[in-house]
Amino acid sequence: MLFVLILIPLLASGVALLMPSDRSRPWLLPPVAIAHLVLTLSAIDRNSEARLDGWLWLDPPGRLVLLLLSVLFVICAVYTTGYLRYRQDRSNRVFVACLLFFLAAGTLVAMAQHLGLMWIALELATLSMAPLIYFNRTPRSIEATWKYLMIGSVGIALALLGSFFMAYSAMGSGPPSLLFADLLARGATLNHTWVRMAFVLLLVGYGTKMGLAPMHTWKPDAYGEAPGVVGALLAGGLTSCAFLALLRINHVCCSAGQQEFTSHLMIWMGLLSMAVAAIFTLGQKDIKRMLAYSSVEHMGILMLGAGIGGIALFGALLHMLNNGLTKGMLFLSAGNIHRSYQSKSTDDVRGAMRRLPLSGTIFMLGFLAITGSPPFGPFVSEFTILTGGLQYHWYWISALFLLLLLVVFVGMGRTVLTVVQGRPLPGRPASAYRDHLLTGLPLVISLGLVLMMGTHIPAPLADMVHRAATFLEVHP
Amino acid sequence: MTGTINSLLVVVLLVNLFMLGASRMRALIHAAASQGVILSFMPLLLAARLDWIAVVVAGVTIGLKGLIIPRILHKALRDAKIKREVEPLIGFLPTMLLGALGTVLSLVLAACLPVVGHPVSNLVIPVSLSTILTGFLLLTTRVKAITQVIGYLILENGIYIFGMLLLAAVPFLVELGILLDLFVGIFVVSIIIHHINQTFSSMDTRQLTALRE
Repeated sequence: MLFVLILIPLLASGVALLMPSDRSRPWLLPPVAIAHLVLTLSAIDRNSEARLDGWLWLDPPGRLVLLLLSVLFVICAVYTTGYLRYRQDRSNRVFVACLLFFLAAGTLVAMAQHLGLMWIALELATLSMAPLIYFNRTPRSIEATWKYLMIGSVGIALALLGSFFMAYSAMGSGPPSLLFADLLARGATLNHTWVRMAFVLLLVGYGTKMGLAPMHTWKPDAYGEAPGVVGALLAGGLTSCAFLALLRINHVCCSAGQQEFTSHLMIWMGLLSMAVAAIFTLGQKDIKRMLAYSSVEHMGILMLGAGIGGIALFGALLHMLNNGLTKGMLFLSAGNIHRSYQSKSTDDVRGAMRRLPLSGTIFMLGFLAITGSPPFGPFVSEFTILTGGLQYHWYWISALFLLLLLVVFVGMGRTVLTVVQGRPLPGRPASAYRDHLLTGLPLVISLGLVLMMGTHIPAPLADMVHRAATFLEVHP
Repeated sequence: MTGTINSLLVVVLLVNLFMLGASRMRALIHAAASQGVILSFMPLLLAARLDWIAVVVAGVTIGLKGLIIPRILHKALRDAKIKREVEPLIGFLPTMLLGALGTVLSLVLAACLPVVGHPVSNLVIPVSLSTILTGFLLLTTRVKAITQVIGYLILENGIYIFGMLLLAAVPFLVELGILLDLFVGIFVVSIIIHHINQTFSSMDTRQLTALRE
């Protein structure tokens, strides 16, 4: 079962490379995505067993990430079929193949129980996204891809060094091992100095991948220049995979008695990311760059919740799902707006609700959702994190958290309202693009899911999140 | 055995310093390749007995770091038809001095760190840290895209040295996976360099400044 989940998108990626027709190739995506989702649901349902000597196992947090990735990919797959109809000016061979390869690599991250294997999978997922960011072939997209590759590679190299440090810390009590199960079992005997250094390096390394400040600089460039659907997969999929990696590493560090050290680092890193995002969303004119800073902010919220722990960790896991789905909705609608106006700056884009009633409305609702307004999902999860903060007496941190949320609300609100309200400016470049079934339906689906997460979380899903939080909790 | 390992590690240190002072791009690529080749022999020296998997992995590493990647870089250099000099932001002598300082600091730092288990050589950790620092120096103080890629390769070599301590924990499958990632990474980067070169008529990364706040 676990192997099949990886093999299906991998084989489909090979098929996509061989298919001759640019017109029919995108139609490979939806069936593969749906097959992946069906298999994911059944793999989550039954308790999967460990494979390959414990190297592959769908642990409870891994299940959440896999589910998010799979659902997001279905949404993006349908959208891509619509999107590529407008991009018949160039071959989509690499585009489709890389999307499918990304799904395979992301699935491997979700089930990798070996630090080295997880690193390889995450690096492959990162590399598979590079040609997608570069799809538009403009000087700006080259620059964005270069920064994405270089900053990302250095970050991931540090993560590899951190993984080695982690293995070295376990050498006092037997042969070195990079399996999470071994490291957790030997938690008490790990060398503290090396575990701490490993955590710092891994936090910087995988934090670069998540886009935590101050390693976030590639993010606005890459998200700004990539097609909307790539932005959605980066902001909802790749970052969640990196967050999963950090959660697992934090779990090991906590079992080595380093909870206080790691939680402080994570909380401050989270707040710093939120603060940097808040500063740069104020007065941001580019809607896609604004979404990138919003992603930096939400990665900060995830770190904050995971650092506080307990009920806030539950909130953070829930927020990972909410953020992924809402980011999908925002990036896809922003992509539609960009395509119709041929611009993504508030200087040119006005009256989106008039010209694109569906995309404009969903962009507006997505803004309300991501900034934590009820009745959408992120409200519930951010509220849960806040409750955790107050419950564990982090009063100042909670106050700062609320303040920064407010600043981002104001900053994003100004940009979004300028875009959606009013009338389209005369005399600006525009394309004939209007809302279409294939690029509209995925938006409606994600809106429905975000609403569901805010009003009534299905019992099996709530149970999954609970199990993941309990799994990651350490009782010294 | 430890004697051989130590002398190889000292050679690696010297190559680091040489690279920081190298002014010709070609020399830099050759130095990085030879450092990679020296390093890929080490697991063979450390293994209790030679098994064929270890030989295969060493062979793949040598082929990749000694032949394929240098060839990709040389090709990128030829295609670019640009000046063959390394363009530094900070002069060669200051970077060499920084590198030497970094090496001393690595030795001091490694002496302060607790020793876990029974390492093969006390030099592994300081040489690894110093090589990583060298990689960072090349990445940050050289402006051409190819030099930055070489910096990344050196950085990876430094991490590889640390991996010597964990031969039992890092199975060959993972080692091959890491090599695969390195190869794909360099391959993708070389394509992007090609496009940078075509679009901006140079490989100077200082031209990549359109995107900022």
